[in-house]
Amino acid sequence: MPKTLAELILSRQSGRDVQAGDLVIVPISRVMVHDSVIDAVMAGLKDLGKATVWDTTKVGVFVDHAAPAPTPVVADSHRVLREWVRAQGIQTFYDAGEGVCHQIMVEEGYCEPGTVIVGSDSHSNSYGAVGSFGAGMGATDIAVALGLGRTWLRVPESIRVEFTGTLRRGVTMKDAIMRVVREIGTDGARYACVEFHGVGDLPQGDRITLAGMTTEMGAKAGIVVGTPEAPAWLRPDPDAAYARRVHVDLSTLEPQIAIPPRVDQVSDVSEAVGIPIDIVFLGSCTNGRLVDMQQAASVLRGRRISPRVRLEVVPSSRRQFEDAMADGTLGILSAAGAVIGSSGCGPCLGRTGGVLAGEEVCFSTANRNYKGRMGSPDASIYLGSPYVAAVAALTGVIDDPRPYLGSSDADFDALVTKRRADRGDRGAASARSGDRSRELAMAHPVANAPWIVGMDQED
Amino acid sequence: MPRAWVFGDDLDTDQMVPGRYAPFMVGQDKFQNYAFYDARPGFAKEVRPGDILVGGENFGCGSSREYAVAALKKLGIGGVVAKNFARIFFRNCINLGIPVVESADAVTLAKDGDLVTLDLTAAVLRTPQGDATLRPLAPFAQQILSAGGVVQYLAAHGDFPQVE
Repeated sequence: MPKTLAELILSRQSGRDVQAGDLVIVPISRVMVHDSVIDAVMAGLKDLGKATVWDTTKVGVFVDHAAPAPTPVVADSHRVLREWVRAQGIQTFYDAGEGVCHQIMVEEGYCEPGTVIVGSDSHSNSYGAVGSFGAGMGATDIAVALGLGRTWLRVPESIRVEFTGTLRRGVTMKDAIMRVVREIGTDGARYACVEFHGVGDLPQGDRITLAGMTTEMGAKAGIVVGTPEAPAWLRPDPDAAYARRVHVDLSTLEPQIAIPPRVDQVSDVSEAVGIPIDIVFLGSCTNGRLVDMQQAASVLRGRRISPRVRLEVVPSSRRQFEDAMADGTLGILSAAGAVIGSSGCGPCLGRTGGVLAGEEVCFSTANRNYKGRMGSPDASIYLGSPYVAAVAALTGVIDDPRPYLGSSDADFDALVTKRRADRGDRGAASARSGDRSRELAMAHPVANAPWIVGMDQED
Repeated sequence: MPRAWVFGDDLDTDQMVPGRYAPFMVGQDKFQNYAFYDARPGFAKEVRPGDILVGGENFGCGSSREYAVAALKKLGIGGVVAKNFARIFFRNCINLGIPVVESADAVTLAKDGDLVTLDLTAAVLRTPQGDATLRPLAPFAQQILSAGGVVQYLAAHGDFPQVE
């Protein structure tokens, strides 16, 4: 029986010849636990009657979701977590400031290709960047995994995404994956595994962007085919059965943006030019790496951001932070007016560092733009690439980054001056993305779009 | 009699309990008071034990936060009926012992505030407008749910239900 990557991995790990639809019980090569679920995980283990985790060498614990602690309640929870880690004898522990769990899991080599890894965060799909079957789960599932070293899974159907061509300047793999989300929708890959073909030789960071964003399509896992980390057996059969095939030609791709409050409400950036922005967030497991900061710095080098905008940069790990310090990237961003946050999830989930005020409009390089995600439920969040984020910080509006890249200083400055003048002195809240975002959303309908309800409530 | 709380498609777990009201932000004994805090103001005060959530497609998408389901559990939600579910939310409900069933027509039949009965044995959700058909749960999930959750199942049986 020809096999997809998911069928290959789950057959090998379960020791049975399984296909999509079968239930399997599989051993886990590593469990990832993060700070915001530790209380429920500990309670679950206790209720299971397990005094210790099944294997202390196969557990990674991370303090990243609300770190450093923003309140005494969170600080207490972190203290409990540290004591638990010490009492259990778990060696793989990354405290506040070390970075986002997913970035560290992949870049420090904790993800073994071809194995099953479960994590307490939904973006654990990221481990597919190196060929692991990474699945996010809730606290009780994680407690069970920690107690037993095994979990149950339904072998998923697979969606085959084929990339061809080469990206043009100013377009990134973030744009490519947003184009895929636009095609598949927030539930188009529910329970499925998304297989990425044609991009195995991309830098690891780009592959994390791809695999992690499969969560936003409802996927159980997202795996890149043919990565340098993967063993030879980890190749889907050419005649494997796919539930769906999607093709994206990278050479004709435009920068993409997601319109609040849906990740799959995506348009070309050219349709959103001029939408005012109050705050820009550059960071997260999706786009907080050195290359993302370098892309932003290529726009902001020697310039100051718009006086109407704040820019917050949060490197996704200490390694990325230090690399960006060493090559001068952070210096450029700081000189441009950026706030540099300590490595971690930052304001992506609205718990710490630069949360949004009511009716503020944010441009974020992260992965979710739900209502209330980054703070006030009245704020709106656009998603996109580091290039678009940097241009938004510079001009105060959403714009296509390509005309800025490679243009003369005079042309560049003229563009910035024009965009700033067009925006004028309006705060983004008073100009309100509402009208434009509604217009854009209407132009890009998704099935049964509940955003209409959301937008009505917002207005 | 339980009431129906009707929601649309793609209801994400950030709407169920916003991140800023996570248990470790506001305390283990308080987070359920913020259920649907922005999406349905007043929900946590008005909901009664046994009430049923009814939704459309991709119910419970987004963050893996089990405390969204734990909040529903603490408030005594009697079951969740939707066209289909996001995978992590579905697992979390089964694991915590909240009946979670698919129904193609419940979301169109049930009106918000209707008095309803979730009859798992007959596989219907009874509404004033008629019975919505429920899709039976897989035996594996049914066994865990019958035990009251995965921890209870494992405590009683020592291992997962058989899969082969």
